[in-house]
Amino acid sequence: MSVAAGVSTIARRSGTGRHRRLSPLLIASAAVIAVAAIVAIFGPLLAPYNPETPQLSQYFVGPSPEHLLGFDASGRDVLSRLLYGARTSMIGPLAVTLICMTLGSLLAVTAAWRGGTYDAVIGSGLDIVFAFPGILLAVLAAAVFGGGLVAPVLALSVAYTPYVARVLRGAALRERAQQYVAALEVQGASSIAVCLRHLIPNMLHLIVAQATTLFGYAMVDLAAISFLGLGVQPPAADWGVMVSENQQGIIQGYSIPALAAGLCIVVVVVAFNILGERLYERGEARR
Amino acid sequence: MRLRFFVRRLAMLIVSLLVASFVIFAAIYLAPGNPIAALSGGRSIPPESLKVLEARYHLDQPFLVQYWYWLTNALHGNLGISITLRENVSDLIASRISTTAGLVLYSSILIIAIGVGLGVAAGLRPGFLDTSTLVITAISASLPAFVAAIVLILVFAVQLQWFPSLGNGVGFFDQVKHLTLPAVALAISSLAIVARVTRAAIREESRKEHVQTAVSRGIPTTQLIWRHVLRNAAIPITTISGITVASLIAVAAVVEVVFGLAGLGAYLVQSAQSKDLAVVQGISLLLVGAFVAVNVLVDVLYAVLDPRVSLGSRAQ
Repeated sequence: MSVAAGVSTIARRSGTGRHRRLSPLLIASAAVIAVAAIVAIFGPLLAPYNPETPQLSQYFVGPSPEHLLGFDASGRDVLSRLLYGARTSMIGPLAVTLICMTLGSLLAVTAAWRGGTYDAVIGSGLDIVFAFPGILLAVLAAAVFGGGLVAPVLALSVAYTPYVARVLRGAALRERAQQYVAALEVQGASSIAVCLRHLIPNMLHLIVAQATTLFGYAMVDLAAISFLGLGVQPPAADWGVMVSENQQGIIQGYSIPALAAGLCIVVVVVAFNILGERLYERGEARR
Repeated sequence: MRLRFFVRRLAMLIVSLLVASFVIFAAIYLAPGNPIAALSGGRSIPPESLKVLEARYHLDQPFLVQYWYWLTNALHGNLGISITLRENVSDLIASRISTTAGLVLYSSILIIAIGVGLGVAAGLRPGFLDTSTLVITAISASLPAFVAAIVLILVFAVQLQWFPSLGNGVGFFDQVKHLTLPAVALAISSLAIVARVTRAAIREESRKEHVQTAVSRGIPTTQLIWRHVLRNAAIPITTISGITVASLIAVAAVVEVVFGLAGLGAYLVQSAQSKDLAVVQGISLLLVGAFVAVNVLVDVLYAVLDPRVSLGSRAQ
């Protein structure tokens, strides 16, 4: 009974009006991202102490008015490390997002525009890359080229491009079939001009939504890689590295440094995921 | 028609595996450092023994020939020798495979049972359960496995002391107990994603005209859910479950490291750090193979669930 009732409520509830106004969740996510970006840019200016100077006597000493979040496993100021770490933790995902979106859009639009052999070749190429889980490819790259952010960033970019390209290809195909594209072609506009001036701008809401979500995923994966010791190298401050360095504290009964770094990762990633999802919904509702 | 679909999927599986094996081999081949120097541990070797060694490991052959030797050996279960432990890579892998397989299996069961169950419940009953599921899954979907792991250790191992925080355990029940926290940590974000997709799929189907018609015809609720809603929602649910379960194979490494489990992933990371490249090659090959195989399995299941897929006309 209740399910049948539920089913009819669903039908009534499914208005699209919900997407029209800005939801508080969307504003909150955007605010979190803005704060994170500001810290990533100005973090080193805001940090009260040097993030890499250890004071071994201060090992896991708790918060005080001078050191709001206390000290980590090597006696370094946790707050300063978090502020410095924002940049190292977010520059990698930013690079992955930029590379993937450029490469993905290029492949998607080429495949959709040219069709035929181009589409088939790009499609099967992407299918093969799908065979590699991102993290595994990043570990492989780190094993071969050594630690640091460059190898994992490139590896993740390669691994994520098929996901981006597949979604964008669908959108590009839909757009390609629109009458205005045919009209422009009849007027003799060149393919590149149509793609750059009309096709891609019309897909922009989807590209932005994809980029936002992708940033979140890339951040989780890169933090994991750094946590494993294969990405950002200690003593550099990075949120993933910080969780790993202070993991022993959890068992020893002092969990602030590890939890604070973990919380930073989660808050930023949640914000990116929610924003990405909402942007996608809004874009779909507008069409 | 159907047979052709399955043959095509199988062919794609083989091509993917070939390309993957080639990439893995080429990456290690291009790695800086000389394999003989790694083998000798940096000692200088007289030129004549160098020749013998090069001939034994086929290092004097062209790249493609070397790849062929490596691939055929790998297919016979010979993955070379670990330079740090001086043992057969396949033996080293074999002794660790059960931990990883157990972890992934345990997590998959949690994801499918709880994730799909929660999604169905939330999808069918709008209200408190639905809203709380949405909020909780939105956060836990973005929870990295290693952050989930340290929180679980803090709460269930350090404070409540219900589960151990480290190691594999001995005996079946002890091992399951040791794997519980790791499996939950590994499952948590995928579980949330599966629950969300399941909920959306159930909503989508419940809204369809044929379901509303069935409601108005007075079809019993249970039958309505099983035959009309779940049967159609099964396709997206299978897809997302398959994708997330396959991705566990790679993410397991992170969880194994946190909990000090002697599994393949932790060993892969350790070998990557110590540049034990034969081991990295062997484990990568195995994990990519498992990942691809699960994905193909899901595709086949998909075709069984929805005949339109194998008949060539695309669903939707």
